[in-house]
Amino acid sequence: MKEFRDKSIIRGLLTEIDKISARLKSPIKIMEVCGTHTMTIHRFGLKKLLQDAGVEMLSGPGCPVCITPNDFHEAAIESVTSRTDFILTTFGDITRVPTKKGSIQTTVPAKGSRVQIVYSPEESLEVARNSPEKDVVFFGVGFETTVPAIAISITDAYEEGLKNYSVLTALWMIPPPLRAIVQAENIAVQGFLYPGHVSAIIGEKPYRFIARQFGIPGSIAGFEPGDILLAILSILKQIEDDKPTVANEYARVVRPEGNLQAQAVIEEILETKDAHWRGLGSIPRSGLRPKKQFAAFDAEVKYDLRIKAGSEDLPGCRCGEVLQGKASPPECPLFAKTCNPESPYGPCMVSFEGACLAYYKYARR
Amino acid sequence: MCLGIPAKVIEINESGIGKVDYLGTKVKANLSLLEDVKIGDWVILHAGFAISQMNEEEAQETLQILREYASHLKE
Amino acid sequence: MDKVSLELGSGGKLMRDFIDGLILKNLGNPFLDELQDSAHLPQKIAFTTDSYVVDPIFFAGGDIGTLCVNGTVNDLVVSGAEPRYLSLSLIIEEGLPVDDLKRILRSIKTASKKAGVVITTGDTKVVRRGQGDKIYINTAGVGPLIARPSPQRIKPGDKVLLTGTLGEHSLAVMLARGEFGLEAKIKSDCAPLNFLLPFWRKGTKWMRDITRGGLATVLCELAERIPYSIIVEEEKIPLSPATRGASEILGIDPFYLACEGRAVLIVPENKSEEVLSKMRKDPLGKKAQVIGEVENKVGKPGELLLSTLSGGLRLLEPLTSELLPRIC
Repeated sequence: MKEFRDKSIIRGLLTEIDKISARLKSPIKIMEVCGTHTMTIHRFGLKKLLQDAGVEMLSGPGCPVCITPNDFHEAAIESVTSRTDFILTTFGDITRVPTKKGSIQTTVPAKGSRVQIVYSPEESLEVARNSPEKDVVFFGVGFETTVPAIAISITDAYEEGLKNYSVLTALWMIPPPLRAIVQAENIAVQGFLYPGHVSAIIGEKPYRFIARQFGIPGSIAGFEPGDILLAILSILKQIEDDKPTVANEYARVVRPEGNLQAQAVIEEILETKDAHWRGLGSIPRSGLRPKKQFAAFDAEVKYDLRIKAGSEDLPGCRCGEVLQGKASPPECPLFAKTCNPESPYGPCMVSFEGACLAYYKYARR
Repeated sequence: MCLGIPAKVIEINESGIGKVDYLGTKVKANLSLLEDVKIGDWVILHAGFAISQMNEEEAQETLQILREYASHLKE
Repeated sequence: MDKVSLELGSGGKLMRDFIDGLILKNLGNPFLDELQDSAHLPQKIAFTTDSYVVDPIFFAGGDIGTLCVNGTVNDLVVSGAEPRYLSLSLIIEEGLPVDDLKRILRSIKTASKKAGVVITTGDTKVVRRGQGDKIYINTAGVGPLIARPSPQRIKPGDKVLLTGTLGEHSLAVMLARGEFGLEAKIKSDCAPLNFLLPFWRKGTKWMRDITRGGLATVLCELAERIPYSIIVEEEKIPLSPATRGASEILGIDPFYLACEGRAVLIVPENKSEEVLSKMRKDPLGKKAQVIGEVENKVGKPGELLLSTLSGGLRLLEPLTSELLPRIC
């Protein structure tokens, strides 16, 4: 499997990418939708290599840490600082997001309460089983890759009657914001790198409208450097041949129909809802929440949290346009003034590879 | 949001929980999202769940395509 | 910030701000302001201290006893001093089993012998149950200076040497906590670095043990002090397969994982081969590698760059906050 990272193979792929992009009008702007793609591109130093080969990568809205509104983070922080004998369990990356109340990482919990980082929702269930005298809330944030796992923890708790467990859900779906992006006028994005593991769950169908209705090419990509470059090549070929489609460049993991079992789980336990995305505003039917029969395990209902998502958004935030590649960070009136790494407003400043944070760090060197 | 590791199934219990192995590190994995998983299968592990089974044939095909890119350069 | 949060102790930016803003502001003096691992006292003695707070206190490859000796010994070694005498302060929580205490003391004895140091003085306190996490230990250490680190003499072409594999201590502790349902054969790398002392006389300009924040943080701190950049090559960095596996599953970058028995050295190019081959003769230096060099043609002064496995180049930044497993 080391071929996926091998220097000479990567160089070969980049040479080919360079050849094609030279024939088209470069730079070609491709949006990687998934936070993990952004991470991989960063980790292997691919961004600059791709730039040199005529491809500019734009970071899209697929970063659950970034697009979950502050109001959710603050509700989580509030719960562990004001309630005693309370355990907030969460994935690690969620805890570093700064809010007006600090970040989950820097909170000082109330007496008998604590924050515990977990790797899987199953661990949260274990915590609840082992501490029956404490209230356990799992801050379940994620896209379709993680949604089934979180949903199963809800049914498991329901079946076990684990009354001290509930989930504060911030569940999101990938296709709706993509629709919002392509429906805007004069979009700059020429192709999409679709998230490999979300696709393993939802399959190819949910993206087809992007190629069919809007004529924009895209490829489902895995997470090794080789996977990403193969998918980019496929996108360039689709552009050159003017044959936009949804290509599957991760066929070893993604089936065209996705994971039907996982889709059934989602269908059974959750229902769609309109949701407010940081930086993108309200998008209809873009979020998921537990169905009413599971209300006892839905932390928002159980603790009557009344989260008013989007109430914190600042007028003027241009993340939506930055995310679409239509505005550059300094063009946003909030950039570096009210919006900076210590108190970020939009996902572009929260995501470590978000356009605004990267610009801010680069400009200061 | 997609951190997933290819790991080999080494243990399966009736409740749908199993264990997978990645480079010698063993992790508990919930296998209930997959049908017909056998010991020795490779799966993608995300947040403690196996979300997909790897297709061996497709994997080999991709490896072959990748290798060709290295040899292209040498010409 | 009006209340001290856990994050403060993590070694990241918050801690540095705390040190600058509170400690140096209130206590600053020429010794403290240097912010070195050990103070160099006028009598050509190095003096250092460290406190050890680890959960759990026993883990594969060591325990809080081995840590409290080696940590302080290593601070002296990388400061150019021969470790000689330690003090030992114990703050024990009421209810700690005496057998556990005996086990820790045995570890301290063994580690001291191995490191050639003597525990010369100490103190013991017991606090009420619930007011301490089983046991907290502080050690202070002194030893004669045998060399003066000279980071100001570092120049382009100097080599960066790493004494062994990364991250095993961090992962061993995480695994011992039973976190994340992971099982792996990883033992803490906790060890004394006395075997590096002779290299001070072989032209070594600077040394640092890789503790909290990992390799990246240590080298970033050096890069910030010199008018050059440092480039390391990812494929040269020794990592055990178990470390590679566990860190990839958790989504943690091994360059930020803490060690307790590994160091990085800056050695002039013409001495690097010799130092490397001598280092490899010691059991603790078997996997030593030249992993990079000081540069003045690539990147900007003060930058730490990584030449990646795939041929790209990226900036490595210091750890800003606690290392966390991620899903994203």
